[in-house]
Amino acid sequence: MSNEMDIVLEVNGTQYPLRVEPRRTLADTLRDQCGLTGTNSGCEHGVCGSCTVLVDDEPVRSCLMFAVQAAGHKIRTVEGLADGERLHPLQQAFIDNHALQCGFCTPGFLMLAVGALEKNPDIGDDELRDVLSSNLCRCTGYQNIVKAVRAAALQMRAQTAGR
Amino acid sequence: MDTPDSPTPPKKRWIGQSVTRLEDLPLVTGRGRYAAAVSFPHQLHMRVVRSNHAHGRIVSIDTSAARAVPGFVAVWTGADVAHIPPIEFRPTKIQGLEHYRQTVLAQETVRYVGEPVAVVFARDPYQAEDAADLVEVEIEPLPVITSALDAPGEFTPGRNTEPVIVRKEFGDLRAAFQSAHAVIELDLRIGRHSGVPMETRGAIGRYDATRDVLELHGATKRPHPNRDMLARLLGRSPSSVHLYECHIGGGFGVRGEIYPEDVLVCAAALKLGRPVKWIEDRRENLMACNHSREQIHHVRVAIDADGRVLALDDEFFHDQGAYVRTHGARVADGTASTLLGPYLVPAFRATGHFRLTNKTPAATYRSPGRFESTFVHERVMDAIAAKLGLDPLEVRRRNLIPHAQMPYERPMTVSGTPVVLDSGDYAAHLDKVLARVGWDALRADVTRRRVAGETVGLGLAYFLEKSGQGPVEGVRLTVDVTGAVELVTGAASLGQGMETVLAQICADGLGVDYRQVRVVHGRTDLIDYGFGANAARVTIMTGSATHIAALKLREKALEVAAADFLEATPEMLDIIDGRIVRKDRPDAPSVTLAQIAKELTPASAVAKGRTPGLTTDGVFECKHESFPFGAHVAVVKVDRATGGVKVERYLASFDIGVAVNPMLVKGQIAGSMVQGLGGALFEEFVYDASGTPLAVTFADYMLPNLSVVPDLEILLTEDAPSPLNPLGLKGGGESGITAVGAVIASAIEDALGLPGVVTQLPVTPQRLKAILNRAR
Repeated sequence: MSNEMDIVLEVNGTQYPLRVEPRRTLADTLRDQCGLTGTNSGCEHGVCGSCTVLVDDEPVRSCLMFAVQAAGHKIRTVEGLADGERLHPLQQAFIDNHALQCGFCTPGFLMLAVGALEKNPDIGDDELRDVLSSNLCRCTGYQNIVKAVRAAALQMRAQTAGR
Repeated sequence: MDTPDSPTPPKKRWIGQSVTRLEDLPLVTGRGRYAAAVSFPHQLHMRVVRSNHAHGRIVSIDTSAARAVPGFVAVWTGADVAHIPPIEFRPTKIQGLEHYRQTVLAQETVRYVGEPVAVVFARDPYQAEDAADLVEVEIEPLPVITSALDAPGEFTPGRNTEPVIVRKEFGDLRAAFQSAHAVIELDLRIGRHSGVPMETRGAIGRYDATRDVLELHGATKRPHPNRDMLARLLGRSPSSVHLYECHIGGGFGVRGEIYPEDVLVCAAALKLGRPVKWIEDRRENLMACNHSREQIHHVRVAIDADGRVLALDDEFFHDQGAYVRTHGARVADGTASTLLGPYLVPAFRATGHFRLTNKTPAATYRSPGRFESTFVHERVMDAIAAKLGLDPLEVRRRNLIPHAQMPYERPMTVSGTPVVLDSGDYAAHLDKVLARVGWDALRADVTRRRVAGETVGLGLAYFLEKSGQGPVEGVRLTVDVTGAVELVTGAASLGQGMETVLAQICADGLGVDYRQVRVVHGRTDLIDYGFGANAARVTIMTGSATHIAALKLREKALEVAAADFLEATPEMLDIIDGRIVRKDRPDAPSVTLAQIAKELTPASAVAKGRTPGLTTDGVFECKHESFPFGAHVAVVKVDRATGGVKVERYLASFDIGVAVNPMLVKGQIAGSMVQGLGGALFEEFVYDASGTPLAVTFADYMLPNLSVVPDLEILLTEDAPSPLNPLGLKGGGESGITAVGAVIASAIEDALGLPGVVTQLPVTPQRLKAILNRAR
């Protein structure tokens, strides 16, 4: 296509030189051109939050952002959460607390929660519920997600304190 | 120590444990492989052109502009697929529905907004969408039917839009109404809503000429019956059609049925010689994936002076939408046959008008028919209490089927099989629920708050579920030469945790760690049959087959170990963590399952006259369903200014017989309860008078998010194991949704202090404001 643009996306610390149409969403680009299919598209109009990624540490609906807008920014996706074999405390807490069933919304919730806990490790219950209300889950009824994020928050605080 | 004749039954080490799931690791690390992640080299992308009219005649379809779009490959209209028969539905004894089936593309007439009219194939999904947008479809509008209460119209010449009336009847209805102390009549409505999984549908068709095999990726729920249907529709042998399940982003009844798009990607893969991928978008999903629930009930109830039901007579109108697909009239049939719930009623009649309208076709959604029928029977119980000035709990107690009558046979059938309620002390369970929730104190507190001016209310609803649809299920269990266990089943995984649950059952039967078991599902090329994951059947049917297979494999392993390795008899041996040991001398020499598997490699096995392989099949047959049950309690607060409802407290109870993994069962209860809350308060597929759907985004179709969900209390009991299977299992897949509409209605009514005013779900703010305005 004549109107394609050359960009470089930085995702999880890796540079991806890409040629994209300006209209291509960040979600589709991550999935189809970077091969990072962990970010799922659930509604493509910014309501469900399944496609949440971090752009410069802020949670963003990647279905509502064009890839060309994300060039030059630091993008983090679910694939970048674990440190090799070692799971991020949130990932482990989701497993331990049965905070996922079908798993489709899970990457979005993980990135949403990572963004919130990194910004405010001491986040209160009300604020946490408020943040987690931005994404939709159809399987769990949410309670175990709240439990998991609280458990992970405790552990992340303990890790920080132990450093 | 006793010496039994056969090996000691294995101890329960894994069943009953809330172990973490085998499924989770790929899903939390972004390695989930949902349909959109399945791609093949040189694949094409399909985009569906859908009708914008609820009913009309196709005048013309102009594809010339679409053909000019870069990347365009092909476009099909009805004429291109006229040779493909209409999509089948599950056969039942109800006849006459076959004329109302949907073709994969509309032929001459469109009957709902969203009906596939044409498909475009292109090299890129964006290009396919560009081209589809340019397909011009001219439709001459025809009159629309948007309510099942409307008089039936013409479907095709000579056939009207009421293909069947579902009828159930027993007892002397006339005598009961004549002798009644009082008769109660209610008009009740359940809104149109549905499963709406977070993953939209997806299907990838691929033809492999090297094997002459047609593949469908993205299959789930019922891979084998779907394989057979696809084979029939496309004129192939079933063995040359392979279905593959990937990760599935939720099912809830709607995902994994055969829809027009599944057939189209397969037909296109054959015709175009390239893999064809289709990923639904959310707007399509809300207007094209199965809807459910919408019914209107006119129920009459004859009661005696003590509030006992003498007879229940329900005429209802089931809005099937535009076509009969996937389930025939099963939801209407299931509604009719569950209208009495857990209650003892001597005379009964249900007359279910199964009517087609110009809306999206409907079929099953989690607790199909029971969410609806439970709303009806629980509204009836509350109405009896109001009529006679009795405590609603007391009315329920007087009508519950007594424990002494278990198993209780109802003189009717569900899905063609007799209804025999297998086990349960319903009244005792009610007592447990009341004790757990502290009913008397709660009642007093709500009353005190209401006196103080708050619009707060307390409700209770009782429900009967059903689970474990037969007829049969099987697994193949194999231990390989490293000791790893492979369990192959024809069932499917929709995210419910079936891999973990089957692994736990297998682990106990065989004597291994559940993490040693890899569960393979949704692969029609690896096992010959399977009836799928629906109707809360996997743990019961596949679980029982797993238990049987594990015991058989255990027996085989012990025989080989005893004869070839340990100089013992099988009765002297046990299997612990994959190692066969002597019960009496745990420190004596032992042998692993891996060594037994090596001993059974073909040459070695045959030399000793054995069947090769440490492998076996297990088959479980069960013609009758089992019936779990429970009750819900809710405290709600109504905002008189906005009509909003806040659920302050919620308890859901469920007796599952035996919980293989209580954490996962509670997960099913919690998730389905929140889905129920959606249908009770928020979710509704609304249509305007022209049949145009008004809820086609998540901004209009309101799924519950965390902000509206209360802290859910769960009371999981195991008091009534099922006598119908070896482990006493009942199903938990639909456990938490059944009574939500009923209990929310009850609690709102209690808050308002206006008996009988809540007659329609969902209780949206608009509807609640209308109730409040009328009450002024």
